[in-house]
Amino acid sequence: MTHEAPASEHDDHDSPYEGLFGGDSDHWAFGTDFDDPLAGIEATIPDGADPRALAQYCLMLGDDALVLSHRLSQWCGRAPELELDIALANIALDLLGQARLLLARAASADPSVVPPLPGASEAVPSPVPAEDALAFFRDDRAYRNAWLAEAPNGDFGQTVARILLFATARLALLERLRASRDAVLAAVAAKGVRELAYHRDFAARWFVTLAQGTEESRRRVTAGLAEVWRHHDELFRAHPVERELAGAGVAVDPADVAGEADAALATVLAASDLPWPEVPQAGQLGGRSGRDGAHTEALSSLLAEMQSVARAHPLGRW
Amino acid sequence: MEAVPEKTMPEKTMPREAASEETATAAPGDLGEHFEATVARGARIEPRDWMPDAYRATLVRQIAQHAHSEVIGMQPEGNWITRAPSLRRKAILLAKVQDEAGHGLYLYSACETLGVSREELTALLLAGRQKYSSIFNYPALSYADVGTIGWLVDGAAICNQVPLCRTSYGPYGRAMIRICKEESFHQRQGYELLMTMMRGTGEQRAMVQESVDRFWWPSLMMFGPPDADSPNSARSMAWGIKRNGNDELRQRFVDMTVPQAEALGVSLPDPDLRWNAERESYDFGEPDWSEFAAVLRGEGPCNAQRLAHRARAHEDGAWVRNAALAFAKAGAAHE
Repeated sequence: MTHEAPASEHDDHDSPYEGLFGGDSDHWAFGTDFDDPLAGIEATIPDGADPRALAQYCLMLGDDALVLSHRLSQWCGRAPELELDIALANIALDLLGQARLLLARAASADPSVVPPLPGASEAVPSPVPAEDALAFFRDDRAYRNAWLAEAPNGDFGQTVARILLFATARLALLERLRASRDAVLAAVAAKGVRELAYHRDFAARWFVTLAQGTEESRRRVTAGLAEVWRHHDELFRAHPVERELAGAGVAVDPADVAGEADAALATVLAASDLPWPEVPQAGQLGGRSGRDGAHTEALSSLLAEMQSVARAHPLGRW
Repeated sequence: MEAVPEKTMPEKTMPREAASEETATAAPGDLGEHFEATVARGARIEPRDWMPDAYRATLVRQIAQHAHSEVIGMQPEGNWITRAPSLRRKAILLAKVQDEAGHGLYLYSACETLGVSREELTALLLAGRQKYSSIFNYPALSYADVGTIGWLVDGAAICNQVPLCRTSYGPYGRAMIRICKEESFHQRQGYELLMTMMRGTGEQRAMVQESVDRFWWPSLMMFGPPDADSPNSARSMAWGIKRNGNDELRQRFVDMTVPQAEALGVSLPDPDLRWNAERESYDFGEPDWSEFAAVLRGEGPCNAQRLAHRARAHEDGAWVRNAALAFAKAGAAHE
C-alpha cells in the first residue's frame, strides 16, 4: 500500500477506546464527576430572608423549569424536522440545567424540603443527591410549578405557543432577578436570561411563521395559543411567598413583570396579525393552584412516568 | 484539527452533468484515470470530481443508510429519556439523542453533495427501499440498555466508522471525523453508566448483566456477514469507500471489548470465547446469521414499530414544513 496517506495524520481517530478507563474527563459533555453545581457562589441566606420561604421560591422556579423541560423532552425523535428536534432538545436541556441549580438551592436553604428516601437509614445512607430526591421522590402535591408547565404538549403549534408564553414571562422575571440579594438566585438568573432570550426568540419566530404560513398552520397555532392562554394569568399571580421575598429584595413579584411580558406578547401577536386572545382562564381549586401544590390531572401521570425507575431503585446508583 | 489528506488532484475536473452525458458507467479516458489514481493514492474524491455512476450510487446507499441509522437510532434510547433515574442522566441522555439527530443532519448533507435531497432519502426510508442498521430493530428494555447501547452498540459503530474517516469521498470522510469524536464520548458515557450501576445494588448489577447478554450477539452482527458472504464489500474496498473487511473489524471489536467486560465485572454470553495466545486475539463463537437475515428481512422485534414511529413523526410534521415553505416564499415575494 505505497499510496496510502501517511498513517500519522489519522492516529488520533484510530483509537476511540483510548482513555476509556479514565483520564480526559474534560472531553465529557457534563464531566465525569458530579460536583456541587453551586460551588464558588456565596450560599449564605441573605439577611431578612426566611430560609423556608427561599426554599419554596426556588422550588417554584425550579419546578417550572423541570416540568416544562420534561414536556419538551417528549418531543425528542418526534419533531417535524431534525433541526426542530435539536432546537427543542436544546431548550429542554437549558431548562433542566436551571432546574438542577434551583432544586439544589432549595435543598441547601431548607434541607427539610428534601423527602426521606425509602430504605435509607443512618446505617444505609441514601446515595441519591438532593436534586434527585426532590425531582424523583416528591409527590405531585409538593410540586410548585405553574399549570402552564405541566399541560400536555398538543401539536407543534401548541408547543410553540406554550414556549412563547412561558419564555416571555420567565425572561421578564429573570431579568429583574439578576439583582436579587441572594447570590445564587442572581447567578441562576444571569445564566437563565441568555437562555430564555433564545427560547423566546425561537418561539416568536416559529409563532409568526405558523401564523403567516398556510391556512392550516394559522388555524392550528391559533387553537394552540387559545389552549395555553388559559394559564396566562396564573403566571403573573403572586403567591404570598413571592410577595414576602420580593419585599426582602430576594425574589421578583410576578405581577410586577406582567406589563412587560404582555407588551412582548403583543408585539408577536401584531406581527402574526392575530388579536389579543379572549380566553376564559383556568379556574383555581378552592383558591389554590400550582404554586400552592394544587395541580391539574396531567402532573401526576407525568411524574409517574418520570419517577418510575428512580423509585423502583431507591438505593440505586446512577 | 481535522486530519484530512491534502487534495492533490489536478484542477482538470468536470461537472458531473457533462460527464454523465458522455457515458453511464465506463470512465471516459482521462477522467477515469484521474479517479482511479486519486483513489489509489488514498486522496479524496470531491463532489465536483468525475466519479463512476456505480461509485456514486454505492456512496448514496451507504451514507443514506448511515444517516437513517442515526435518526432511527434515536428511538430505542429516546424511549428512556422521560424515565431517566437522575437529572444528570436525563441531561446526558437527552444530549446524546440530540447528537444523533445532528449526525443524521451531517450525513444527509453529505448525501446532498451527491445530488440526492433529504426529502427523497426520507421517502426511500419510509417506503422500505433504503435500510438502517439492524441493531435498532432490537428493543431497549431497561435503563441499563442505555449504558449497553453506548458501550457495545456505539463501540461497534466506532470500530466500523473510524476507518471511514479515511474513506475516499471527501464530504463523507469529514462528516465521519466529527461523528466519531462524538460517538466516542457517547461510548464512554455508556460505559460509565454501567460502571456506576455495577457499584450500586444487586438488582442493578443483574440489570446490567441481562442487558449485556441481550446486546452482545446483535452487536457482533453489526459488522455484517462474514466477508465470504458479503456481496458489496469487495468493490467498496477497491474504491476506497470501505477500508477493512467485516471479519477483521469484528475481531478488533471483540479484542477491545473483552478486557472492558472484565473490568466492568460482567460475563459475555459466549462459551467459545477464549484467549488464543498463538493469534494474540480472542477466539469467539459464530453469531446466529439466520437471526441476522431475519431481522434484515424485516422480521426483527421492532422493525415495524421503528418505521411506523418515523413515518408518524414525518406525517405529523408535514403541516409545519409546509408552513415554513409558504412563509419563506411569501417573504421572498415581498423583497
